[in-house]
Amino acid sequence: MTQPAVLPTTVVAHSVGKKVPLTLSIFAAIVLVCFGALGSTASAHFGLSSAGDAFTLPELVLPGRISNLIIGLFMAGIAALAWVRRNQARPLGRGWIIAFAALFVLSFLIWVVSGARTPSISLAGLLAGAAVLAVPLVFGSLSGIMCERAGVVNIAIEGQLLGGAFTAALVGSMTQNAYLGLIAAGVAGALVSLVLALFSIKYVVNQIIVGVVLNVLVSGLTGFLFTTVMQADAELYNNPPRLPIIEIPGLSAIPILGPILFKQSVIGYLMYIAVAVVWYALFKTRWGLRVRAVGEHPKAADTLGIKVNATRFWNVTLGGIIAGIGGSFFTLVAVESFTKEISGGRGFIALAAVIFGRWNPIGAFLAALLFGFADNLQVILTIIGTPVPSQFMAMMPYLVTIFAVAGLVGRSRGPAAVGEPYLKE
Amino acid sequence: MKLELRGISKAFGTFYANKGIDLVVDDAEIHCLLGENGAGKSTLMNVLYGLYQPTEGQILVDDQVVDFSGPGDAMAAGIGMVHQHFMLIPVFTVAENVALGAESTKAGGRLDLETTRRKIREISAKYGFDVDPDALVEDLPVGVQQRVEIIKALVRRARVLILDEPTAVLTPQETDELLDIMRQLKANGTSIVFISHKLREVKAVSDQITVIRRGEVVGTVSPQADTTELASMMVGRSVSLSLNKEPATPGEATFQVRDLSVIDEAGTRVLNEVSFDIHRGEILAVAGVQGNGQTELTEAILGTQPVSGGSVQLEGKELLGRSVKQVLAAGVGFVPEDRSVHGLVSQFSIEENLILDLYDRAPFAKGLSMNLAQVRKNAAEQIERFDVRTDNALNPASSLSGGNQQKVVMARELGRELKLFIASQPTRGVDVGSIEFLHRRIVAERDTGTPVMIVSTELDEVIELADRIAVLYKGSIIGIVPADTPRDVLGLMMAGVSADEAAAQHKNQGEGQ
Repeated sequence: MTQPAVLPTTVVAHSVGKKVPLTLSIFAAIVLVCFGALGSTASAHFGLSSAGDAFTLPELVLPGRISNLIIGLFMAGIAALAWVRRNQARPLGRGWIIAFAALFVLSFLIWVVSGARTPSISLAGLLAGAAVLAVPLVFGSLSGIMCERAGVVNIAIEGQLLGGAFTAALVGSMTQNAYLGLIAAGVAGALVSLVLALFSIKYVVNQIIVGVVLNVLVSGLTGFLFTTVMQADAELYNNPPRLPIIEIPGLSAIPILGPILFKQSVIGYLMYIAVAVVWYALFKTRWGLRVRAVGEHPKAADTLGIKVNATRFWNVTLGGIIAGIGGSFFTLVAVESFTKEISGGRGFIALAAVIFGRWNPIGAFLAALLFGFADNLQVILTIIGTPVPSQFMAMMPYLVTIFAVAGLVGRSRGPAAVGEPYLKE
Repeated sequence: MKLELRGISKAFGTFYANKGIDLVVDDAEIHCLLGENGAGKSTLMNVLYGLYQPTEGQILVDDQVVDFSGPGDAMAAGIGMVHQHFMLIPVFTVAENVALGAESTKAGGRLDLETTRRKIREISAKYGFDVDPDALVEDLPVGVQQRVEIIKALVRRARVLILDEPTAVLTPQETDELLDIMRQLKANGTSIVFISHKLREVKAVSDQITVIRRGEVVGTVSPQADTTELASMMVGRSVSLSLNKEPATPGEATFQVRDLSVIDEAGTRVLNEVSFDIHRGEILAVAGVQGNGQTELTEAILGTQPVSGGSVQLEGKELLGRSVKQVLAAGVGFVPEDRSVHGLVSQFSIEENLILDLYDRAPFAKGLSMNLAQVRKNAAEQIERFDVRTDNALNPASSLSGGNQQKVVMARELGRELKLFIASQPTRGVDVGSIEFLHRRIVAERDTGTPVMIVSTELDEVIELADRIAVLYKGSIIGIVPADTPRDVLGLMMAGVSADEAAAQHKNQGEGQ
């Protein structure tokens, strides 16, 4: 018998749109014209070393206009490549787009710094600060990942962070022990999560609504207790000790990387550990396989004897603990007292980091670093006096978030069953 | 392994999906559960698999009473199940899917997928499955996904395998391969419970057939039983299985589709330059395995699916680019593939559902208000004409059985003067008795001189109704062939073999025997 001659499948052409090459062209033009041709001729100075480094790296000096014209040409080259690829019906690789984005950030930096009153910033300080500002974002996004990978939407990250911050301040002050404050913050985050879990899993309330309500609830509750309790006797109730910064001798003196990795608070070190542990657990262990199965296709997991709702319950609770610990950063590391709304919407930025990082702890970590960088940059640029009004600078972290999530990620695919309650018939 | 169900009943509220069912599956036996959609087969198997708790009755494995509180217990007892809708996680690899729930681990809770890969390769080699343990499930064809499900059960040392409507998603060739696999499994000592409503397959592979109707066992018979007898047991009255329709007398080709293409959101070409004509007074049946562009084809004609090119002309007038309302007004009757979602508004009454497309014109509309007397009169006529079994036209459509719901949809669409009639899956989930009735109605519409297009994934239905058959494969029409084309040839075409090649292979096989 002859083998069935199967007709060749029609080559499925994935339509490659104009969107990417067009966007890249516009950005390249902005760099060439606004940052290059119209930019300042002064040089931008970037410090690469900070105090306490083992050896001093020389300062990086880049002439404003010339550098940006060169960078602009490189970017135009990548944009041209995108047009060529489009004509061949092939998409541009991710690497090229990341390189393009990095070049844009660099040219932006050169432009604002060279045009500033004092054309000099410390790049080392900028990065170290970014890593610090990223800490609550990383914890928040890990909480989001823990919940969403199991199929529960966690909009309540903001509330978990805020609850953690408040509880850390209160317990830290009353016991005068920062570590007890840290633990209490985890408990507070877990409590917020328990409400989320109870209503969204057991009572099948819409998960987004529960999350939003929780944010409002925690905000109102902490605000009320702040005015009635904390402000009444700030010495006793809102005076937490700070967590010490622990330097690892030798390693912390490495230029640029040293302060980021080896000169951190306990929470900072916990962040790196948490990212690694959550990543390993989700993708390399039996537990992780089951959690992901529950988030993708709960019925399939159920038919294999996995307890869907119990898994979700525990994951949401664990997520709450993680976010609560992250919240204690605000009151135990960043500043030494609680104020209303101290988390300032970072829970929502963390949510964006979850999506930008494609529900992967390492991706979310990098996304949080990017957002932390934007946050820190606007602070520093406001100080050195740039041509851009400070109000616009203050928008930068949020603009970066929107562009990152909408533009660079495109349509990223989350766990299939996220937000869908699982009910046995 | 011997499996016995004793007096199993399962009630949902006051409704009994299963009532006092007794079933004995012997060691290394292929036991078929035959019954119509909604007869309670799947419920029974979900009870057996621990997904549902029986209201009454006992399950015995090797003469020991067992009690399953969940699928885990059933699996531990050696029962495996391949669900009608696969329980696979699309973004996981084959190995991850097989391992899930029964993972081997190394130190530190680390997943040990290597052991799983080895087991998959062993089983693949033994049964001749060609399955790559590291392929992503979503990239695999449906037939291979089904094998992954079987591997999942075998890795868990299943000695009784439940296959729930396993052939619904397969081409005829894939079905034959599956039947071979079942025989092989049986030879290796695995018992199989095969759930189906397709008589031919059931007779081909079963050792015993238990017929279920309305949740109760009608009888257990041998596969030598006559097809008509089996069908009558299934339905509960005598049915005639063949339509015996008159040959068509086609007129001019008033419906013409040219180079119709559809590209979906992901950029995939789901309909690729499809062209065909339908003559007045003929039925063109579009055959093909589910998901080869049928939905897009019918919805493009109706106007609910944006197209990327082509033309659709009815009596010389272009239909593309018009609104659905205009298309219907041009004389198109349309029965969608999913009646409960797209064919009916379940909460509306039967009489309202019968005028869903005519509510705004005479005689049903009177200015801004509706002429309820006319609506009522229309409902009474249609219910009579289509033999809809209901005691009150004011009952919601959801109160009707599948067959009667479909009759309501058909009555509405056939109730006006048509220039084209399109029916997608006209008898899916419909009892055998109603199938016959609906088929006769479709043929009657043809005989009035209307061009008719039937889209069906059931080859039996295609052969029964068609005057000509068009086979869709991956969005393209593989060929348009006469109605008397042999099943094997159609089956090969459904797998993407061209009409000439398929006919040649069929001839070769015929000579070889």
